[in-house]
This record gives sequence, C-alpha cells and structure tokens, in this order.
Amino acid sequence: MVHLSARRRLVVIGNGMAGMRTVEELLSRAPVRFDVSVFGDEPHPNYNRIMLSSVLAGEKTMDDIVINPRAWYAENGVTLHAGDPVVAIDRSARTVTSASGTVVPYDALLLATGSRPLMPPLPGLDLPGVVAFRDIADVEKMLAASATHRRAAVIGGGLLGLEAAWGLKRRGMEVAVVHLMPTLMERQLDIEAGTLLQRDLTERGLHFFTNGQTEAILGDGRVTGLRLADGREVPADLVVVAIGIRPNVQLAKDAGLDVNRGILVGDDMATSDPAIFAVGECVEHAGQVFGLVAPLWEQAKVCAARMAGDDTAAYATPPLSTRLKITGIDVFSAGQLAAADEADAEVVFRDLAKGVYRKLVIRDDRLVGTVMYGDVADGGWYFQLMREGKDLADIRDRVIFGQAFADTCCGAKAGGNVTAMADDAQVCGCNGVSKGAIVAAIKAKGLTTLDEVRAHTKASASCGQCTGTVQAILTAVTGADAAVPEAMCKCTDLSHDAVRAAILSQELKSQPQLRAALGWRGADGCPKCRPALNYYLLCAWPGEYVDDSRSRFVNERVHANIQKDGTYSVIPRLWGGIATPAEFKAIAEVAEKYGIPEIKLTGGQRVGLYGIRKEQLPGVWADLTAAGLVSGHAYAKGLRTVKTCVGSEWCRFGTQDSTGLGIKLEKLMWGSWTPHKVKLAVSGCPRNCAEATIKDIGIVCVEAGYDIVIGGNGGIEVRVTDPLVRVATEAEVLEYCGAVMQLYREEGRYLERTAPWVERVGLAHIKARILDDEAGRKALYARFLFSQRYAQTDPWAERATGGVDAHEFQPLAVVEG
Amino acid sequence: MTDWIDIGGLDDIPRLGARTVDTREGPIAVFRTSDDEVFALLNRCPHRGGPLSEGLVAGRKVACPLHNWVIDLSTGEAVAPDEGCTTTYPVRIEGGRLLLGLAPARAAAHA
Ligand code: SRM
Ligand SMILES: Cc1cc2nc3c(=O)[nH]c(=O)nc-3n(C[C@H](O)[C@H](O)[C@H](O)COP(=O)(O)OP(=O)(O)OC[C@H]3O[C@@H](n4cnc5c(N)ncnc54)[C@H](O)[C@@H]3O)c2cc1C
Ligand code: SF4
Ligand code: FES
Repeated sequence: MVHLSARRRLVVIGNGMAGMRTVEELLSRAPVRFDVSVFGDEPHPNYNRIMLSSVLAGEKTMDDIVINPRAWYAENGVTLHAGDPVVAIDRSARTVTSASGTVVPYDALLLATGSRPLMPPLPGLDLPGVVAFRDIADVEKMLAASATHRRAAVIGGGLLGLEAAWGLKRRGMEVAVVHLMPTLMERQLDIEAGTLLQRDLTERGLHFFTNGQTEAILGDGRVTGLRLADGREVPADLVVVAIGIRPNVQLAKDAGLDVNRGILVGDDMATSDPAIFAVGECVEHAGQVFGLVAPLWEQAKVCAARMAGDDTAAYATPPLSTRLKITGIDVFSAGQLAAADEADAEVVFRDLAKGVYRKLVIRDDRLVGTVMYGDVADGGWYFQLMREGKDLADIRDRVIFGQAFADTCCGAKAGGNVTAMADDAQVCGCNGVSKGAIVAAIKAKGLTTLDEVRAHTKASASCGQCTGTVQAILTAVTGADAAVPEAMCKCTDLSHDAVRAAILSQELKSQPQLRAALGWRGADGCPKCRPALNYYLLCAWPGEYVDDSRSRFVNERVHANIQKDGTYSVIPRLWGGIATPAEFKAIAEVAEKYGIPEIKLTGGQRVGLYGIRKEQLPGVWADLTAAGLVSGHAYAKGLRTVKTCVGSEWCRFGTQDSTGLGIKLEKLMWGSWTPHKVKLAVSGCPRNCAEATIKDIGIVCVEAGYDIVIGGNGGIEVRVTDPLVRVATEAEVLEYCGAVMQLYREEGRYLERTAPWVERVGLAHIKARILDDEAGRKALYARFLFSQRYAQTDPWAERATGGVDAHEFQPLAVVEG
Repeated sequence: MTDWIDIGGLDDIPRLGARTVDTREGPIAVFRTSDDEVFALLNRCPHRGGPLSEGLVAGRKVACPLHNWVIDLSTGEAVAPDEGCTTTYPVRIEGGRLLLGLAPARAAAHA
C-alpha cells in the first residue's frame, strides 16, 4: 500500500511513562515528521505512576499526577485511543489491531507496554480483596477497601510494598507486611539500614512478618487473611501483592519479535524488526531489565533521536540510585551495597540513637556504592562522586562526613548550597537533569516559577524528591524567591505585586472600586488587606486618594501608640535628636499638667510620654504643638527617627556635620508613609556612634564624603546594611536617599521592611535603578518630593486644633447611674 | 425589663467604626458595620481586656487592637482557635436614633 502523506505514521502501544516520554522527545525534535497514534490499555491519559504512592497516602490527588492531560494530545496532534488495548501486530502488513477492532497502519511502531505485577501461584489469589499495586484501578480498589475494612496485609517488603503499606496505614488501616527475607528492601539496603528502617516503621505502627513465606491466601467469598509456611496466620480484609514485576512481552512474542525476559533491544532501542522500537520496563538491554524511571528517560531520548534520523544516538544504562517515598523516612542507596572482596573498603558512620547511618563502599580511592539512612542530604553528592569516578585520595578521611565538611576542610566554599554545586552535578535523578541544564533553561527561557522549570527541564517532575534543590537553584539564578507568589489574604488569590500592578494599569483609585474590579471576596476586605490596600493606593495616587482611617490600625488612626492597658504614648519629633530648653520645658509641663505617669528616653533618641488616656490626647497635643513640637510618628509605617551623633560640630573625630545632615534628612522625609517603618541614622565617622549600619538607610561620614548604606535592621533579625554608594555632597545624599526611599515605597510589599526587600530584589537591582540610571534616580526623587507635598501636615495639629476626627476622642454618650 | 436609652444618632458612628458609651456596667462599644447594622459589646476583649472599639471592623467581626483576636459582634464570641466571650447588649435603630438596652442580653461565660 502506498500512502500519499509525506508524514510518517508512528503508532505507540502503551500510554505510560516511557512511551509518552519518547513521544514528547520526538515532538521536540521533529514536530512535523510524524503522525502519532497512541493506544493505551488504561482508560486514562498518561499519568505519573511513581506518584500513585502519594495518592494512596493522601498527599496528592489523581488530578495532581496527570502528566499529559487530554488537551495536550489534542494540542500536539496526537491521536489517543485510551482504554483500547492493541491485541495484535501484523508485521508484514505493518498494521496494529485493537480490542475494539480498529486497524491502524504504521511506518514505525513503538512498544512501551511496561510490566505486569508478578503474581505468585497461591491458592486464593483470585479472591475479592486481593490486589496488585500498579495502576490507578489498583489504587481505587485499595482506597475503597480502606474506607470499609480495617486490616490489610501486604506481601512484599520492597520499595513498592512498603509504600503501599504506609499509604494504607495513613488511610487508617492496620497493616502487616509479610516479607520473605530477614530484612526489608534487601536489594537496595544493607542489613543495618534495613533493620533501622524496620525499627522506624514499626514505631509508626506497621507490623512485620519477616522470613515469612506466604503459603495461602485464606477466605471464602472474600479474603480473610494469609497463612505462612511456618504456620503463622495474618488476618486481613485486603491483601496487596507487591513481590515484583515482569516485563509485559506477550504482544511482542506473539508478533514473533526476539524476546527473552524482556523484548530484546540494541543500543539503538530497535527490536529484532528495525521498524519496531521498544522502551521502558518491557525491554531487555544487554541482559538487564528495568524497574525505575531514570534509565527509561535515557531510553526515550535515544529512541526519539533514532526515529528522528540521528544514527549516532546510543543507549547505555546509567548508574542508578533509589529513594523511598515515605514522608519522614529518608533512605538513599546507589551502586554496591557492600564490599565485594578484599580490594573494597567500607567506611561507616553510625549514630543509632539519632537514627543516622551511612556507609560508603570505596575501591581504589573511588566511591562505588553508598547506603544512607536518616540523613540523606548528601546522597546526591555521593552519587555524583560515584558517577564521575572521582579520586577521593585527598578527602578520603572525611568524605563520610558529607560535602560541607569535606569541602570546608579543603578550603573550598562550604557545600550543600547550590552555588557551590558543580554545573554537571545531577540534580534530578529521575530525569537525569544536571544543575547546568536547569540554570541554562532558566536563563534562556526567562523561567520564574517552579512549574515552568518543571515543564521545560522535567527536573523534579517525577518523584519530586529534588524539588527543594530545584527551587534553590531557581532562587539563586533569578535572585528572587520564585515560589508561587502568595495570595495577599483570604479575600483574594492575587499576590501583593499583582494587586499593585492592577492599581496602576486599571487606574483603581478607591478600595470599593478595587475590590469590585479585582473580584474581592467580602465587601469590607479584612484586617490584613485593608491596611495594605490603603497604603498601596496612597502611594500610587498622592494627593488624589483619600486616606481611609477605617483601614488604619488604631495607632495610625489616632496618631499615638496604644499600650497594654488601653492608654497611649506620645513621642514628639526631636529633629536629629536635638531639642531646645523651651521644648524640654513644654514636655515637662505637659507631663505635669496631665498627670502623665512616665517620661522615658526612647531607644530612638527621643522623649516618650506614657500612660495618656485617649480623651487627653488632643489637649496634650495642643500644648506640644504650641511649643513647636510635632508628631514623631513613633506609631507609623512611615519615617521614624533619624538618629545622629554629634559629628564635626563637637567630636574630635567627626569628619562632617552628621547632626545637621540628620536634621536635613528628617525634614525631607518626615510624614511619608512607607510599606513598613523606616529608620535612619547619620554617623560622623566610621566609629559609627549612631549605629548607622543597622538602619534602613544609614550615612557614615568620611573625609571624602558620605557613604550611603541600606537595608539594615536592628530588630528581630539583625542585618547589617549593604553599601550602596559614596557621594561627595549633602545635596547628593538627599537625592540618593530620597530616591531609595521612593523605590522602597513603590516596590516594598506592605509590612516588608527594607532588609527583606533588599534581599528579595537584590542589591544589584537597586544599584541599577539608583546608580546606573541617573534619569531614573532623579525621577524617583521627584516622585518622592511630589508625594511629600501631601504628606507633610502634622497630624497632631490637625487633631488638636483643626477638629479632624473629633469623634475619636469623645465618648458617644455617658449614661449616669 | 430592658431600659432603652437614646445614646445618639446612627451617623455619629463612622461606618466600619465604633464609639463608646460610658455606663455603670463599664464602657460599652457600639459598632456600625458597612451595611449599617449596629452591635453593642462590653469594650473589653476576652483575651486581656483590649479596647475592642479601637479594632478593625470587617463584616460582623472586629479584630482586637492589642493581639489581634477576632470577636464576632453578634455573639461576643472569639473566633476559633481563640476561646472567650464578651458581654453583648441589645441595641436598635429607630428613626435614625440609637437605642441601647442596658439589662445585659447575655452575660459572658466567665464574667
Ligand atoms: C518606644 C520604643 C522603646 C523605648 O521605650 O525606647 C519602642 C517601642 C515599641 N517598638 Fe520598637 N521601640 C523603640 C525603638 C526600637 C528600636 C531602636 C531604634 O529605633 O533605634 C528597634 C530596633 C531597630 C530597628 O527597628 O531596626 C525597635 C524594633 C522594634 C521591632 C522589630 C522590627 C523589626 O523589623 O524586626 C518592633 C516590631 C514591629 O515593628 O513589628 C517594634 C515595635 C515596637 C512597638 C511599636 C510594639 C507595639 O506594637 O506596641 C513598641 C511601641 C511602644 C510605644 O507605644 O511606644 N520595635 N524598636 C522605641 C521608640 C523609638 C522612637 O523614639 O521612635
Ligand atoms: C506505585 C509505584 C511506585 C513507583 N515508584 C517509583 C519511584 O519512586 N522511582 C522510580 O524510578 N520508579 C518508580 N516506579 C516504577 C515506575 O513507575 C516505572 O518504572 C515506569 O512507570 C515504567 O514505565 P513504562 O512506560 O515502561 O510502563 P508503564 O508506565 O506501566 O506504562 C505501560 C502502559 O502500557 C499499557 N499497555 C500494556 N499493554 C498494552 C497494550 N497491549 N495496548 C495498549 N496499552 C498497553 C499499560 O496499561 C500501561 O499504561 C514505581 C511504580 C509504581 C507502580
Ligand atoms: S522591646 Fe520593644 S516591643 Fe519589646 S517590650 Fe520593649 S518596647 Fe515593647
Ligand atoms: S487583648 Fe484583645 S487580643 Fe489580646
């Protein structure tokens, strides 16, 4: 038969992990060369089989684990026949026939039929309540049983059996594991690690029957238990068989292909018929069959390359590593589990009380195997050393303690962090993705989220164990915390940044308008979003937006700090820490007149009056205002104090007039509203008596001028400032600091101080905006000055004598008697 | 028998705000929601006595200004996980005037 289409027809049998990965690889290489049809026995689109364990344990839903949703097939022109298995291959006619009778011709055929669970020939195997653990249908059966029955028995203490047992335990069942061998997971773990694993799982409530050979499955109408060869009986309403897998080869065998344990393939992934390829657990390559995904990805890559015409691609099985996906139990193993002969040395670290065990198998100063239990953070590093065949002679005496220790002692940067990681270090074992590949994809495609990195590189898209590392790399490359931005509050799914962007782009100018436009849940908003929105609107539309006092915390609404007994404190501004005798006198007189219980010098170089009743506030303010004192905004997400030292006016070391400069800065910035409070300090020399290097903005005067430093914090988490720039004149100090202030006002998230802001956006970004872009800096400064025109009204004077918010300070009524 | 006392006009209280009334039972906070419902509660947070009248009001709830407990205005109960209750008083609007009923409607559980 001659067909006219120039496109070759590829038929894939098996809609599972290896087959679909091959199709994806092919589409990315040669998107127009093939018409692809896929037959799948299961009635589902391709999903992540590995994650069935997590679905069973209730950590993921079925929807979470779909890899290629149905829409993906449609978008990529792939025809999917789900739930319709292929029953015959006619190699001479080059057609396949499905169970429904559909006949489809092929130019190239791909077998990816996976494997079948091994079922022992036991009496009672076909009783209701006996299941395997391989696909969605099995998980659905287990979930149904766990909802109505109490006891489960799992035959098989390997990776799959233990994950099944743990999942069922999480679903509330009592679970016993019957294992033929004396210790668990004996193919991946040595006796010591296997014993620790059994101890920990027993502590978590699983029961074990090791050395247990199942002789019969008991029951009449439904399973009731197991009988072991030594006579022990294990009662069970559900029996999960997880003793191994066998390549699914019947179809290939019937078609006359060469088959041994699996379908025989060469390095080119072709079978004995050159038009037919095979990948996945159904194949046998160089005498080896497969049960983990990492080698399958490699096969998919080679197979797709071959189909696309690359005659050089060749498959070789990579070294493999294993982890167990039971939350809170950390197991890692790779390569040899033990010394094979005299030439091998075992190095062991053991802290059984802490549940930590680690063994390295070393031959000729090279790592050939590792088993780890408890703390597996260095697993990736050991695996890397193994694959590289790195010479350990220099670090052999300390390699057992892990990368950080081994590297530090070599004088290198402490490891464990992703910056120190080599570019070719493998991050995602499942998908064979190196750090370098992830970094390259992030940079080339401008990726910003974990999901995007997954979509483009597949890193962390399979078992998910390396998610943390991938996130750390993303963060390191983008310099930002690229985790899915958190919603502002429960009223919206939008992040702070998204809301701010919408305020500008949609010209939203009031809270009701904003809440309607952005689909807020709840007409009033909540105590979390209202203050934030009020600030964002105020910052975006100075002079236009009308401040909403009902969106302010009490301190900012009444311009004093509420104290634990409901009284208030009043802290006037003492510009740069300087006060005249008249000002001190006024403060003293107010304290006497109103019977104020306490006067205290604050940690911010000012005088605080404590214990004032709310109704006294207007009177107190009136008297202070009369003496020329204004609010110190000690309560505000706004400019607080500008601390200074005496500087060149008095001090023998002073290089500049730090007090005078502090006063100028305070006069420039007072009254401004900011994402969180802002504190400044100016020190007259590097002795730094004003502690400028732990302030949001600090100035350290030097002979040659002024060092501007930013992002410091002396609070909960002390952070020393980063140096921004050295300038020569006071005028420049004002301009640069004003511009930094405005940048923070525009970019900082509400309640984010400058320290976390600087860490989030990066100093490089701030330097680019303030130092490299002169016009941009001047524009920022101009916007700051414009906004200050509307901000610099003393709130105390407005309330003491201007009648603003008079209702605040009077009871509504007094009911006598 | 409840004594209904005229304590002022609805418009004397800002929307989403509160004013206090000094009474023999202590300070009572009268709240006004965004859709002009009014509620009266003893002005003492069940946590450590914070003045609820100074809190942020959203819907039928107020967040205490001291440690952010959220109190349901209609019942005086703290919203879970916090536990506690403050006394509520009947209050109604008649012809734009606010009438406060001074026999307690419901005594606090541990008043
Ligand atoms: C009054 C004062 C203590 C004193 O009696 O000396 C004070 C008092 C309060 N501080 Fe402070 N801080 C005072 C100086 C400081 C300083 C020192 C300084 O400014 O040089 C710091 C560390 C420097 C810094 O901020 O980086 C400081 C770090 C904090 C923090 C932690 C901030 C952080 O980012 O980690 C808080 C908590 C917060 O803001 O969320 C805080 C919060 C508070 C609050 C507002 C707690 C509260 O919510 O009630 C206190 C208000 C009491 C009141 O009504 O006056 N206070 N506080 C100081 C007022 C200085 C002034 O004149 O304005
Ligand atoms: C519970 C569980 C946990 C696992 N955990 C891990 C792990 O942590 N790490 C790891 O590396 N590996 C793990 N594995 C193994 C991993 O899932 C397999 O190695 C991988 O899925 C094999 O891919 P495959 O494409 O060869 O087979 P499959 O994914 O099984 O795909 C084969 C598909 O072909 C279909 N099929 C068969 N015959 C026909 C036919 N005649 N016509 C049409 N369709 C047909 C099957 O129904 C199946 O959908 C786990 C497996 C399970 C079951
Ligand atoms: S350190 Fe600050 S917040 Fe803490 S008790 Fe003192 S004044 Fe209050
Ligand atoms: S006093 Fe109200 S929350 Fe603490």
